[in-house]
Amino acid sequence: MADVKQIIAHRVAQELQDGYVVNLGIGLPTLVANYVPEGIDISLQSENGIIGMAGVAKGADIDKDIVNSGGVNVNVYPGATFFDSAVSFGIIRGGHVDMTVLGALQVDQEGNIASHIIPGKMAPGMGGAMDLITGAKKVIVAMQHTQKGAPKLFEKISLPATGLKAVNMIVTEMGVIEITDKGFELRELAPGVTVEDIQAATAAPVHVTGEIKEMCMPEE
Amino acid sequence: MRDKIITAKEAAAMINDGSSVMVGGFMANGAPEGIMDALVEKDVKELTVICNDGGFGPAFDENGVEVKGPSGAGKLIKNHSVKKLIATHIGLNKQVAEQMNKGEMIVNLIPQGSLAEMVRAGGNGLGGVLTPTGVGTEIEDSELTLQKMTIADKDYLLMAPVKADFAVLGGTVVDKKGNVYYRGTTKNFQTLMATAADTVIVEAEKIVEVGELDPDMVMTPYIFVDYIVVGGDK
Repeated sequence: MADVKQIIAHRVAQELQDGYVVNLGIGLPTLVANYVPEGIDISLQSENGIIGMAGVAKGADIDKDIVNSGGVNVNVYPGATFFDSAVSFGIIRGGHVDMTVLGALQVDQEGNIASHIIPGKMAPGMGGAMDLITGAKKVIVAMQHTQKGAPKLFEKISLPATGLKAVNMIVTEMGVIEITDKGFELRELAPGVTVEDIQAATAAPVHVTGEIKEMCMPEE
Repeated sequence: MRDKIITAKEAAAMINDGSSVMVGGFMANGAPEGIMDALVEKDVKELTVICNDGGFGPAFDENGVEVKGPSGAGKLIKNHSVKKLIATHIGLNKQVAEQMNKGEMIVNLIPQGSLAEMVRAGGNGLGGVLTPTGVGTEIEDSELTLQKMTIADKDYLLMAPVKADFAVLGGTVVDKKGNVYYRGTTKNFQTLMATAADTVIVEAEKIVEVGELDPDMVMTPYIFVDYIVVGGDK
């Protein structure tokens, strides 16, 4: 059985479509790049000014002038392009990013998201997160369903918002939830997970309005 | 043609306590490290620094001995030179949070796209930046948010233009007239900042004669650049 993060990343990757411009947040979302479906060509965008970013550079491949938004040396694909922060955020804020994937501390049934601050504990800054959440065409939250058993999906977020009415889809190891006018609508369940299980791990109503599919798993 | 070339020490001599300074670079990628060092050596204090981030802080081993020095704006922060930091992300430099929590430094966090546009607005004669980014968040209460506006049923924040006394930037190739080319991801905020500061100092990794830099490769036109510091491979 693949590890939970791999399961989530693999499922998110199924949302990719050919030609997409995609921004992946740090941590779990970066794993999505490992599961791009065959025949699908995407362009990874990095806030600091890259379209066509590849993986982390090692050894002789390291170029000191090419880093990702975490300051880590990366490679780029042939045909990649570099640009300044105004163009980079023009891409993000102007709706030219088809999909962004990020983690979250809390998400609520209206699609409000808290991901950048826990007052008094953690305040690393929002970086490009507020711009991405507001500007990307599709916002997917990829995270474990609970934080050590405590829910992360709520009727109303209690931490400071990073963006309002922005999240379209949540992918966890338990299933896939879309956010619609009704709130959390269950679309898929992971093998062995029941509607009751996912409801018990969610602090807001999980609506079942149509067919529930089985969430696909990465090949062993 | 006026000779624009000065030393890092001469650059630091211009920047006095209490100045506002834009620092180019993104997680220190493209940062003017030589000018940062000279400012630390001068022990300048009470700066307002405008930078994408707080750079990298120093790294310590298990005995608390510094094994790797800070980089980018992290050098100024380690030296307690910064009174106020306007940035988008400080998570990769613990010293920022330490000084902020002790009340030694004010940190004003701004969304990255907004900060880029606010600097651009400052340098381009615009009265502000109207953006939906930050609506419903603590950015509504930022001192750099002029007002919240609703236009055609959509909420926006009007963000203030940002300017500074100085911009210190890092260029890959600079000609002696001050035209600058930035390689790879070192472009980031640099040209935006060059337009928005009273005095612009570029640290050149490589300096070339006028005419050697293809005009089509110039990213910051020379008219924005007041001084050039010859740096070297960072």
